[in-house]
Amino acid sequence: MVRDIADPILEIRGLQKTYPNGPTALGGVDLSIRKGEIFALLGPNGAGKTTLIGSVCGLVNPTGGTISAFGHDLARDWRRVRSRIGLVPQELSFDMFDKVIRQVRYSRGLFGLPNDEARIEEVLRSLSLWDKRDEPIRKLSGGMKRRVMIAKALAHDPDLLFLDEPTAGVDVELRRDMWDQIGALRDRGTTIILTTHYIEEAEEMADRVGVINKGRILLVDDKAAIMAKLGRTEAHFTLAAPLDSLPDAIAHYPVVLEQGGFRLTYRGGDGTGKGKREVAELAQDLVRAGIAYTGLETAESTLEEIFVGLLNEQEKAA
Amino acid sequence: MTLNLRGSAAILKNELTRFFRTAFGSIVSPVLTTSLYFIVFGAAIGGRIQEIDGVSYGAFIVPGLLMLTLLSESTSNASFGIYMPKFTGAIYELLSAPVGVAETLIGFVGAAALKSLIIAAIILVTALFFVDYTIAHPLFALGYVVLVAAAFSLFGFVLGLWADGFERLQIVPMLILTPLTFLGGTFYSIDMLAEPWRTVAQLNPIFYLINGLRWTFTGTSDVPIGVAFGMTLAFVVICIAIIAYIFRTGWRLRE
Ligand SMILES: Nc1ncnc2c1ncn2[C@@H]1O[C@H](COP(=O)(O)OP(=O)(O)OP(=O)(O)O)[C@@H](O)[C@H]1O
Ligand SMILES: [Mg+2]
Repeated sequence: MVRDIADPILEIRGLQKTYPNGPTALGGVDLSIRKGEIFALLGPNGAGKTTLIGSVCGLVNPTGGTISAFGHDLARDWRRVRSRIGLVPQELSFDMFDKVIRQVRYSRGLFGLPNDEARIEEVLRSLSLWDKRDEPIRKLSGGMKRRVMIAKALAHDPDLLFLDEPTAGVDVELRRDMWDQIGALRDRGTTIILTTHYIEEAEEMADRVGVINKGRILLVDDKAAIMAKLGRTEAHFTLAAPLDSLPDAIAHYPVVLEQGGFRLTYRGGDGTGKGKREVAELAQDLVRAGIAYTGLETAESTLEEIFVGLLNEQEKAA
Repeated sequence: MTLNLRGSAAILKNELTRFFRTAFGSIVSPVLTTSLYFIVFGAAIGGRIQEIDGVSYGAFIVPGLLMLTLLSESTSNASFGIYMPKFTGAIYELLSAPVGVAETLIGFVGAAALKSLIIAAIILVTALFFVDYTIAHPLFALGYVVLVAAAFSLFGFVLGLWADGFERLQIVPMLILTPLTFLGGTFYSIDMLAEPWRTVAQLNPIFYLINGLRWTFTGTSDVPIGVAFGMTLAFVVICIAIIAYIFRTGWRLRE
């Protein structure tokens, strides 16, 4: 399932984390991140997304596995590696009484860089925070506070940026704005790993998507490939007269009879259009077999449904 | 890669900014408390107490009160300094930054020690308004004060790491530090105590700190100055060892 990537910017192997007298948050995660991509980590509450990010960023002590970034082992070369990683955590957390610009300067210094007012101004302007630079953070709105978190994470020009649910609690307009910001960062060459519950966010932004549940990565692939592999077409034929059993003529299709034989449901396809083609063929076969229908509804499943389906599959398998 | 001293400087500056943001409260309250002690013990009661080892009672309690301030300020500055980011969650940034034990300590402990030294200086100036005192060994006094400020800022740092609530932060200074300081000879020489209390008093580590500092002021001490210095150094070493252990195991910081 995990395809090897040449020269990954981040390489995680067999990462495990069991919290003291707590659950196993990560049960052996393998993940390779390409330089320059936006990678979306998708999973329900408690899947282990924050734990995974925390393990790379130094917030969590993993109980097993190895992590290397930029070709250096994190455990050994942590100073060098961390100076190139930025983190925007899930929760808003900073000294609320401090001024915006001071907090951003502080972050830059903490990561070992000399002060650079021009760069700080650039970061603040890019996030529309320049006008608020002398405000105490507590006076800003929630969305603006989140931008301050991002500004702090960008203050040392990281090559690899982690965003833990960057748009949680942000309204629709601001979310779109945030997506633009993230896109602009990628264009500058920053590799971005974000976690999200919003499927549309992954769909909109990510180059690749990883699905995580119960501390295991279920699937990692290009966004389009995930759609192709798992996209499902569903079609309901409302029959004029009920059928007792499936006629041989259509038995080779992935179809079932529902609602007492009054409805014929097709579930198949792979997101590349195969589903629609098959439904069209099925419709002709029905006509040829003399089975009349009075209605037809088709629907393509979203990433969200795919995702829920994946979780169900895993649970069934377990 | 070498030590990230810019990181230390950032922490130090950040901590001092916090201090000056609340400068009024940070400075006024210790000055007021100390002035009250001088008025009550130095001026009012002290006049009726005879000289101790040739030193007026007012001058005798100056180093004791200085120590009292240094201990409580260093401890609370450092413990709040590291506890606050734990409390607000801002600690994430320290953990994710390229700063290790050394850089963190230089930043937090340096800032806490500096703050309490500023307050100590203000207290010494305040004392001049109430009593005449001289400093017999000024350089030793400076060295001693810096060492004690560093030691108890380290102690405060450990306390702040360990604390998981504001209550715990305050309980240790209140239930342990303040009583030990009072019993350690802030206001009396152990010669004034009868046995067995005289022996008991010598089990109190703060007794040595106060007497060491008193020697630098008056040239007299209840114990040999070498013993006092040795005890203070031992305290610093123990604190650093505990902190190194805490960071290595990630206890209370890293999940
Ligand atoms: N400090 C902790 N101590 C004990 N257990 C923890 C701790 N942090 C997380 N866990 C547990 O580890 C598991 C993974 O949590 P994690 O926060 O990584 O999930 P998540 O995918 O980020 O969830 P969410 O989408 O809700 O943010 C959960 O079962 C959680 O209860
Ligand atoms: Mg999370």
